[in-house]
Amino acid sequence: MSRRASQTRHEPDKNAVLEISAKDKQGAELIFAPKKNCWLVVESGEPSAESPIRARVAFRGQWLQTALRPGLESLVLPEGLQELELHCAESLQWDSSLLIYLRRLEQLCQQRELLCHRAALPPGVLKLLDISRAGAVAKAQLGRRAHFFQRAGQRVRRFWQGSLEILSFVGELSLSLFRLFLGRPGFRGLELLRQFAQAGPAALAIISLIGFLMGVILAFIGAIPLQWFGVESYIASLIGIGILRLLAPVMVGVVMAGRTGAAFAAELGSMQINEEIDAYRTLGIDPVRFLVLPRFLALTLMLPFLCLFADLLGLLGGMVVAVGYFNITWLDYYDTLIRTTRLADLWVGLFTSLVFGALVSLCGCFQGINCGRKAESVGKAATDAVVYSIVCIVLATAVITYTSVILGI
Amino acid sequence: MEASSHNHDEYLLEVRGLSMRYGQRLIQENLNFHIFPGEVFIIMGGSGCGKSTLLYHLIGLLRPYTGEILLDGQNLWEQDSEQRARLMRQLGFLYQKAGLWSSMTLAENIALPLREYSNYSESELRELCEFKLSLVGLAGFGHYYPAELSGGMQKRAGLARAIALDPKILFFDEPSAGLDPASAARLDDLILELRDSLKATIVVVTHELASIYEIADRAIFLDAESKTISASGNPKELRKTCTDPRVREFLTRAGKLEGF
Repeated sequence: MSRRASQTRHEPDKNAVLEISAKDKQGAELIFAPKKNCWLVVESGEPSAESPIRARVAFRGQWLQTALRPGLESLVLPEGLQELELHCAESLQWDSSLLIYLRRLEQLCQQRELLCHRAALPPGVLKLLDISRAGAVAKAQLGRRAHFFQRAGQRVRRFWQGSLEILSFVGELSLSLFRLFLGRPGFRGLELLRQFAQAGPAALAIISLIGFLMGVILAFIGAIPLQWFGVESYIASLIGIGILRLLAPVMVGVVMAGRTGAAFAAELGSMQINEEIDAYRTLGIDPVRFLVLPRFLALTLMLPFLCLFADLLGLLGGMVVAVGYFNITWLDYYDTLIRTTRLADLWVGLFTSLVFGALVSLCGCFQGINCGRKAESVGKAATDAVVYSIVCIVLATAVITYTSVILGI
Repeated sequence: MEASSHNHDEYLLEVRGLSMRYGQRLIQENLNFHIFPGEVFIIMGGSGCGKSTLLYHLIGLLRPYTGEILLDGQNLWEQDSEQRARLMRQLGFLYQKAGLWSSMTLAENIALPLREYSNYSESELRELCEFKLSLVGLAGFGHYYPAELSGGMQKRAGLARAIALDPKILFFDEPSAGLDPASAARLDDLILELRDSLKATIVVVTHELASIYEIADRAIFLDAESKTISASGNPKELRKTCTDPRVREFLTRAGKLEGF
């Protein structure tokens, strides 16, 4: 028996006590000693040679979760038993700790095919045991966890279905774009204007800050290797190519993914939860055409303008550092910039931002439209929209950079 | 009230002169009632009358504006934090939306309070979680996350967590909200069975008449207009005897409900 149980002997009323007793053929009292796994004669304390077939399990004291109790693992039943009678003392105090013990006892009886008399247990205990047994039947019918391969299969299937959903979403959007070019936009002009305002002017403040600081930071960092060769005057070309081609589009894309992409997902997601999207569908209004298309157009068309704005502020930020810190005149800066930076750098950057606009709005709207029905789904949709947008931005940057290097642009 | 014939020691929970406010807005005032051990006590009233607010006061989540709430003769707000926590552990609460911790499985939800406040070993904890879940008919669902379950199952899982520490008083906030009539009736049965077998006291906030007539021993009616208790007693008798028109209207569904 465990340490907890052995302590129970000293304070029998404060603690939980379990006693297994029986009578031998002469009628003498026997008590079971689980530690030695044998029967003892109560009067003499000597081990008994007999193994009775009928025993009585008595619970006494306080079977409470804060009291000292015999450990559940230490429950041992004597060998050779056929019948067990469960009994609780009148003064017994009990809570769930007694119940799990009784449940284990019943399981043991079932395994060893013992007859178990439990009529002497308190009615509350009996009732709870019965309710829990009724609940356990449901387990076999309902709560079985799928096998590993089954789960793996389900995952692959889900992934496949998810890919199909993305494809069909892109397809629907392409169709509505096509209809737009045929002159049937299918959304309200006011909605489009609102989205343009949201995606463009409303973002100017944060884009200015980020653009300007990017220029400043790039100038400071870029100047380090340039100083090794004494050619700080080329800061202008570093800024020009770095900001125009890469940094401005990527930073604008990431900021808009966090700002507008997540907002799309949250907005459409809560519409999904409020059954607004279902309401559009039942009225025969295609939500992709009515809700997604204006958002897609707004973000895709506004992003190059935001990028151009960030380009200007980035160049300005670089100039401030070059003039103020590295003693390059602003005329030199301008001259180097014009000489070494090609117009193609600007075009590649603007094209890149156009692609980012499409990707970010696609990710945001897709997550929003396919948001689940639960309250927490909106949060997940917004987070997923940002994560997928950023992954798409990085992948697209890699593809565009590689392609333009190959093509020599 | 009919309380005067009883000795105050018999009360498990006693509310004296309670008034509740949100900021300056008065919710209810001058509330006086008591709850006996082992009874099913219902707080009823129309929408927005402050039923849930009263419940939050009873479990010590909100502080009374005036008046006191005595649990076993002790005022929760006059105890030191340790004693207060000990008293609050005797209370189990089933929240309106179950309030399960979404980042934990059902078994972990149930095991958390047990791990904090009892001396069970790990294998006993496993056994106990399984037992509590089987009491609410969810045996075998221990490894499921709340989001994977239906609303009714979440409610039952919430109940399993509420009874984890074998509380003396179980509080239910709108237990049948969002459940179909059959599930709601099963939950009512479960509440009664748990009351009988655990010897717990049950306090329910609801406006579901079917539940009220089915399970209540006693009830109080919170009136939104007079901002206090306008009737108390057994709801079936109140329906026959109460003269307050608003209580009669509530208990008879504006006169449309007959034959209960």
